[in-house]
Amino acid sequence: MAKPILKSHRIKADWCKGCGICVEFCPKKVLELDESDRAVAARLQDCICCRLCELRCPDLAIEVETE
Amino acid sequence: MAVNKYLRQRFFPHLWCPGCGHGIVLNGMLRAVDKLGMSKNEIVMVSGIGCSARISGYVDFHTLHTIHGRALAFATGVKMSRPELNLVVPMGDGDALAIGGNHFIHAARRNIDITAIVMNNRIYGMTGGQYSPLSGQEVVATTAPFASIDPSFDVVELSKAAGATFIARTTTYHVKQIDDFIKQAILHEGFAVVEILTQCPTHFGRKNKQGSAVDMMKLYRDITTPIGSKAKQENPNLIERGIFVQEEKPEYSREYDKIIERATRG
Repeated sequence: MAKPILKSHRIKADWCKGCGICVEFCPKKVLELDESDRAVAARLQDCICCRLCELRCPDLAIEVETE
Repeated sequence: MAVNKYLRQRFFPHLWCPGCGHGIVLNGMLRAVDKLGMSKNEIVMVSGIGCSARISGYVDFHTLHTIHGRALAFATGVKMSRPELNLVVPMGDGDALAIGGNHFIHAARRNIDITAIVMNNRIYGMTGGQYSPLSGQEVVATTAPFASIDPSFDVVELSKAAGATFIARTTTYHVKQIDDFIKQAILHEGFAVVEILTQCPTHFGRKNKQGSAVDMMKLYRDITTPIGSKAKQENPNLIERGIFVQEEKPEYSREYDKIIERATRG
């Protein structure tokens, strides 16, 4: 299977409650919490499209789209 | 997101606390439905009372938000009148096994085709953190400030003894198992129980010094193991994850169809 290529990584800031689950369990440490405690994809170039952030987000705020 | 089409997005962000495991269960359950390719009209979600029961408000299926512990009784009614529909009943640990304990064992005994999801956070979250029959000994709760002395139920063993024909357990850390097990449970013809250990950082975590939601999920990773693993033999305290029971037995609404046929025969 070919490696998935990231098309977009969207975080709904108004749904995110800043629990930090996505930040902690991202295997590539792509995400971090900003100054208002909302998740942001700070190092998107490292994303391997594993979708673990999307699957584990308790607020259903993350959407990973691949090509 | 693929699952957004199943959500009543006007009610988001949802009311659960930051890091609450119930959102992860909702997330996994919707993925299971999406993978099955089911339409919204084929699913009826019935819930009782509690944080967990609020899940039915967020999904765009046929939904019933009923009374405490009685979700399975309402679901039994729906299934008997419309056996072609798929019944999914998410319940908290108290809702399923304290207030609804009787309905739970009898639904299992009848082997009625309902998928029961026990969202086990070991506490009554909504009412302020009282201990539940799943809390277990040495757990601190608002109603057990010096620790609970009640032993807890084992959901898997209880379901097995009561006659459920599909029984699985996983945690919110093991997200891929959530949708896999719920998918198989919905496909299973008979009473299916999926227990999901889900963190309540606000009440259970804080009182029992288990840290944040992240810490509680790491704990789920560390205290569970696949069924029959070598780690379990070495450390019997580990909680097993996986599918414990999967068997075919006569299903209740199908058996009832036979009675209808017998009664209406000329």
